[in-house]
Amino acid sequence: MKSLKRVLGISCVLVLALLLSGCDIAILNPAGLVAKAQRNLIVVSLILMLCIVIPVMVAVIFFAVKYHASKGNTEYLPNWAASHKIEFFMWGIPICVVSVLAVLSAYFTYKYEPSKPLNYAVAAEGKPLRIDAIALEWKWLFIYPEYGIATINEIYVPTGRQVALQLTAQDTINAFWVPKLGTVLYAMPQMNAKLHLLSEEDGQFLGVSANYSGEGFADMHFAWYSVSNDAFDHWVSRVYKSQNQLDRHTYLELMKRSKRDPVAYFSGIDKDLYYRVVNRCVAEGSKCNEELMRFAAARSLWGKLCSIFDTGEAEDY
Amino acid sequence: MFGRFTDPTAEAFSALQHEPIVLYTVLTVVALGVLLLAVITFFGWWGSLWRNWITTVDHKRIGIMYVVLALVMLVRGFADALMMRVHQAMALGSESAGYLPPDHYDQIFTAHGVIMIFFMATPLLFGLFNYILPLQIGARDVAFPFLNNLGFWITFAGALLINISLGIGNFGRVGWLAYPPLSELSGSPDTGVDYYLWSLQLSGVATTISAVNFVATIIKMRAPGMAMMKLPVFCWTALVANVLILMIYPVLTIALALLIGDRYLGMHFFTNDGGGNPMVWINYVWIFGHPEVYVLILPAFGILSEVVPTFSSKRLFGYTSMIWAILVILILSFLVWAHHFFTMGGGVAVNTFFSIATMIIAVPTGVKIFNWLFTMYKGRIRLEPPMLWCMGMIFTFVGGGLTGVMLSITPADWQFHNSLFLVAHFHHTIIGGVVFAYLAGLIYWFPKAFGIKLNRTLGIASFWCWFIGFYFAFFPLYILGLMGATRRLQHYIEPSWQPYFIVAMIGAFIIALGILFTVLQFLLVIWYGIKHKGKFPVRENDPWGDTRTLEWSVSSPPPPYNFAVIPHVTTLDAYWHMKTKNVPRKTSGFSSIHMPSNTSAGFWAGILSLILGFALVWHIWWLVAFSFVGVVAVIIVHSFIGDHRGYYFSEALVQETENAFTAYLEAKGR
Repeated sequence: MKSLKRVLGISCVLVLALLLSGCDIAILNPAGLVAKAQRNLIVVSLILMLCIVIPVMVAVIFFAVKYHASKGNTEYLPNWAASHKIEFFMWGIPICVVSVLAVLSAYFTYKYEPSKPLNYAVAAEGKPLRIDAIALEWKWLFIYPEYGIATINEIYVPTGRQVALQLTAQDTINAFWVPKLGTVLYAMPQMNAKLHLLSEEDGQFLGVSANYSGEGFADMHFAWYSVSNDAFDHWVSRVYKSQNQLDRHTYLELMKRSKRDPVAYFSGIDKDLYYRVVNRCVAEGSKCNEELMRFAAARSLWGKLCSIFDTGEAEDY
Repeated sequence: MFGRFTDPTAEAFSALQHEPIVLYTVLTVVALGVLLLAVITFFGWWGSLWRNWITTVDHKRIGIMYVVLALVMLVRGFADALMMRVHQAMALGSESAGYLPPDHYDQIFTAHGVIMIFFMATPLLFGLFNYILPLQIGARDVAFPFLNNLGFWITFAGALLINISLGIGNFGRVGWLAYPPLSELSGSPDTGVDYYLWSLQLSGVATTISAVNFVATIIKMRAPGMAMMKLPVFCWTALVANVLILMIYPVLTIALALLIGDRYLGMHFFTNDGGGNPMVWINYVWIFGHPEVYVLILPAFGILSEVVPTFSSKRLFGYTSMIWAILVILILSFLVWAHHFFTMGGGVAVNTFFSIATMIIAVPTGVKIFNWLFTMYKGRIRLEPPMLWCMGMIFTFVGGGLTGVMLSITPADWQFHNSLFLVAHFHHTIIGGVVFAYLAGLIYWFPKAFGIKLNRTLGIASFWCWFIGFYFAFFPLYILGLMGATRRLQHYIEPSWQPYFIVAMIGAFIIALGILFTVLQFLLVIWYGIKHKGKFPVRENDPWGDTRTLEWSVSSPPPPYNFAVIPHVTTLDAYWHMKTKNVPRKTSGFSSIHMPSNTSAGFWAGILSLILGFALVWHIWWLVAFSFVGVVAVIIVHSFIGDHRGYYFSEALVQETENAFTAYLEAKGR
């Protein structure tokens, strides 16, 4: 038993040392508004639940020692198996904790719903920076529609300015995740997912794909730079200097599978490229999904009754 | 003629040619297999093997075969785990770091998940159900003995098919739930996903028919007087788990069939083009996948509810609470599947609903934990290996539950999704919950099946290795998850991650030591069996003392007919009641007992379905036709011209069998 305690002691020290050595635990040291709220939520929920879990862990060991058969326990109650008082508490305490957590979860789910702009005084000052992200095999294509530029595997944003990302994927499902900034969201083919993030600190942050997408998945990481407004403008002008054009034809080239792609810049962007990727009509002569669906909806009674397509609907693109 | 074997892009033998690891593994497995067959032939065991095991319809023998299959698959699945841990400990830098190329690494994590869930945990579960359930409810066999045999052999076929993929062709590189479009022809054109699909279809068929069997057994074959609220908790959990299986496996079967339609018939259910939608698959597969984890964990709760009272020498605290908690989980487990993809952008309403539904499950689960704690309270606790495993389970599982609730909080999940935090969480609950409890059950009921206990010292050593190894292997993964490491990474670029992967690898090796001790325990038993020429002598019926349920009232191992006289049950914990009331054991005046006949139909159906699966994977259509007709023919032939009369275990034979046990008890002075 003694050697066992020693092993346990050593392992505790080891684990603690490891914990302390890693100062760069991204989720616990966030740099963005959303991630900070998430960090707080994680810590609060952890502490709240530890209030139940630690006593249970202690009780298992304590009971095993205290009521060990060798102790000749005189309080032995072999037929005692019900107590309304205890059962009230053993249903009641978890219900209370879960109620608190449920309220927290509901509130923050609403507050940080990724598709909604962040309700934040500073963020509201400027228009959000739009970035359209396309997960390719195996690289990220980031389009800045307001600037008419695009990059491979690199994002620059001004610190303190809200970023409105739109995510889609060319083929396999990926997920866009910058752990320091918070909220992972799937980048799905045929879908347009919206994500709002805000970085509050300058820095270079690791971005990854958080959904396995095949052979080159491990290389689907990118760099997110949060920089000052000046540095951002400087970077934009640098991208403008690129000779590369991104139109439907070059996109089809880009679509081909590749691994470990270096950062690349494009300065001329086909305006409706992102729309075409989501609707799977990049190739010449292919019909867009939206058009096909509208066509299908118009030809059925179901479509007449519940078509989501409103002719008056303004295009978002 | 040979289907895809002649297609070079299917790479039928490329792994054997280019991957030395695969080649040597296959050679070793084949050598061991040949050795095993040689030993059986040398000792002339074929006849006995055929009569007593392969064609048996005895639930006890089928149960043992399930457990053996599960343990072999545990070793296979664990070997995969160890390879991944060693690889990731080395895989800092680029694709060439570590020793596994992405192609191989991706197969390994897929195989690990599929094997551990479908071919390790499920067979182990069915092994325990098979052996214990009929004994606990005072029945002589399951409701449909032939279905039981058939179910085993089809499971066996599925397990064999998945292992064939190791040498011939390759396995899926898609993760254990094979999200399309990666698992479509566009993402995985070779045989890997087909192996996945057909071995799961086989496993699904087998699991479903076995579940029908167990539900019927529990509903219809309880001993007289055993009302539902007098049913042991393990049987309750078995009932609920099997009802869950009946509700979810059809979903999996249909989802797989649709994907098969996409891959084989050019349909477009989950493709990107032609109107398909991959997100639909994710819903289907989790409508199956989430309740599946309750299929695994509920019987684990049942095992604890049997073991903890025995070794606390006390009644289970709050039986009624326990049953209600199980039923609440049955309902809730269907309302939580979308928590596996809070990151799909489902919107506020969907995310909130599934978040709260998921948290609510923590309530009945927490209640169970308190039930076991208060069972220990004021008891007389004996720290035998099964009890150690149970205490380890309670201690560890509450931690896994904690991280589970953290994951259920939607905004927190937006930071945990698909990270190693998630991987650590589900291993926390599956190893700390399911595996610890199943091993507790295995050790607890082992003397019932063989008359002797597993070696105690080795058992305790095994427990501590698993327990400590688990914390070393998975706590680093929690931290890695918080650092931003995702699952299924063949390599990574952050140097600060590497120390944690190394610690995790050390943990995996400590667990390996635990498995080694378990294997040694079984080798000792095999040695004992060889010494007794394969016939385990009848021993103590109640080896642990203070047991409570009916399986402990019959000799160990039990006679083929289980109960010479079907017991009449008046209370919960029927055997405990019999002991305290000194109800005498009947020693004479037995009547003959009707027994079902053996049949080889299940075995042939299994072999033919293995051939069917293999032929489908390789597109050998004539063989598909042949084996499919064969499977159907075997079942039809068995149904109409098989031997269904059974036979009678004569009075004299029952008397003789019972006398042997009486003599043993008298020699013991009882």
